[in-house]
Amino acid sequence: MNEHTVKSYEDELKLLDRRIAQMGGYAEKLLVQAMDSLERRDPKLAEKAVSDDVMVDQLERELQDQVIVMIARRQPLANDLRHIMTVIKIAGDLERIGDLAKNIAKRALTIASESYPKPLMTGMRHMTEMVQTQLKDVLDALTSLDAEKAMEVWRNDQQVDAMYNSLFRELLTYMMEDPRNIGICTHFLFGAKNIERIGDHTTNIAENVYYLVHGVPIADDRPKGDKTSSTLITPR
Amino acid sequence: MNVMSKDVDTGLTEKISVQDLKFYYGSSLALKGISMPLYERQVTAFIGPSGCGKSTLLRVLNRMYDLYPGQRAEGKIMFDGENVLDMKDLNLLRSRIGMVFQKPTPFPMTIYENIAFGLRLYERLPKSEVDARVESALEKAALWKEVKDKLHASGLSLSGGQQQRLCIARTVAIRPEVILFDEPCSALDPISTAKVEELIDELKNEFTIAIVTHNMQQAARVSQRTAFMYLGELIEFGVTQRLFTNPTDRRTQDYITGRFG
Repeated sequence: MNEHTVKSYEDELKLLDRRIAQMGGYAEKLLVQAMDSLERRDPKLAEKAVSDDVMVDQLERELQDQVIVMIARRQPLANDLRHIMTVIKIAGDLERIGDLAKNIAKRALTIASESYPKPLMTGMRHMTEMVQTQLKDVLDALTSLDAEKAMEVWRNDQQVDAMYNSLFRELLTYMMEDPRNIGICTHFLFGAKNIERIGDHTTNIAENVYYLVHGVPIADDRPKGDKTSSTLITPR
Repeated sequence: MNVMSKDVDTGLTEKISVQDLKFYYGSSLALKGISMPLYERQVTAFIGPSGCGKSTLLRVLNRMYDLYPGQRAEGKIMFDGENVLDMKDLNLLRSRIGMVFQKPTPFPMTIYENIAFGLRLYERLPKSEVDARVESALEKAALWKEVKDKLHASGLSLSGGQQQRLCIARTVAIRPEVILFDEPCSALDPISTAKVEELIDELKNEFTIAIVTHNMQQAARVSQRTAFMYLGELIEFGVTQRLFTNPTDRRTQDYITGRFG
C-alpha cells in the first residue's frame, strides 16, 4: 500500500491500527486471566480481570473519538473508509469480549471457595483454549490483512459450538446426578455460554476482516452450531 | 481497463457512446482511445488528476475544440445514432449538448437577457413565450425566487453562486439533451455548491449530465456513474457507490484515497 500524500492522515491510520491491536491484546489477556482464575480458584487474579476490563472500555472510547474526528476531517474513501469502519466495528466486538471475560471472572470470584467435580474444568479449559486460538488467529488476520486466515477462523467456530453443546449436556448431567451441583454448574453453564459468545464475536471480527480486504461481505451463511436453544434434557 | 466491469448494468439507455476516442493537441496524444457510455438521465462524473484528459474529453463531446487550431479527434462519439465528430452544424450540436463552465460567465446584460439572448439565437419566439421560457429556466435552475423581482438588474450584480445558477438557467432554457459541467462549483462557497449539487440532482430527471470535478466527495454525492481517468486513459468506469467504496483498479484506489505519488 502506498503512503498517503498527507502524512498526518497516514499517522492517524497507523495509530488506529495500534489502538485496535492493543485492544485485542487486552481482550486476549482478560480471557486468559478469567479462565485461569476459575481454574486455580484465584480470587486475586479474578479481581484483577474484573478491574482490567476498564482498559478495554477506555480504549474503545478513544478509538470511537478518533474515528469520529477522522471521518469529519478526512472524509475517507475506498479502502480507507472500509478500514475505519471495520476498526470501529471490531472495537465493539472486542469490548463485548472484554465484558464476557469479566463476567467469567466475577463467577470465578463467587465460586472460588466452593468444591466441584474435577472433570468440569476439563471441558471448560478445552473450549477456552479453542476460543483463545480463534481470537489470536483473527487478530493476526487483522494485522496482516489475511482474508483467508479470517475465513478459517470463521469456519472453525462450528467446532466451538459443538464443544459448547457437549459441555451443556455434561453440565446438565452433573446437575441431575446430584442437586448439590446445581449452583456451581449453573455458573459453569453461564461461563461456557460466555466463551461460546466470545467465539461468536470472534467470527464477527473475521467477517469484518474479510470485508476490509475484499470490499464485499463473505458470500455464504455461517453454519450455526449452537443447538442448545433447541435442546431439552429431562431426568428419567 | 475495467470499462465493462460487472456493475455496468443494463436497463439504461446509452445517450452517448464514446468509442475508441483519441485526441491530439498538435502531435501530443491527450486521449488514448477512450470507450465508454453516457447513460440517459444519469449523472456521470469524471475524476482524475490535472492533465488526465477529463476536461479534454468534455470539450470533445460538444466539439468545443473546433474553436482552436491544431487540435483533432479520432474515433467515434455516437449521439443518438450520429457521430458527433462528423457533424457539420456545430451550433445545433451545442444547443443539444450544453455546457456550464468553471467560472460563472454571465453576459454583461440583464438577468432576463442572459437567458433570452440564447433563446432568440436558436428560435423565433413571441415575447410571451420568451417570458415563459425565461421563468421556467430560472425555476429549473432554482433561481426564480431569488431574482423574480429584479429580472432587469445586471447578471453581474448576482453573487457567484447565483451567477453560476444563472448560467445553468441559460443552458437549460435552450432545452438541450445533454449538459456538460466543467468544475461548476470550484469557484463557489459550500452553500452555493450544495445548491448547485441539489440542482444537478434535479436536472438529471430531464437531462443527461456529465460533470468534471476535482472534488471527489462531490463526484460521490452527485453522480450515479464515475469515470476515473489518468494520463489520457480511462482507468475505471462504474457505479459511483461501488467505485468509491471498493474500486477494482489500484490506481483508482490510490487516487481517491489521496495516495497518488
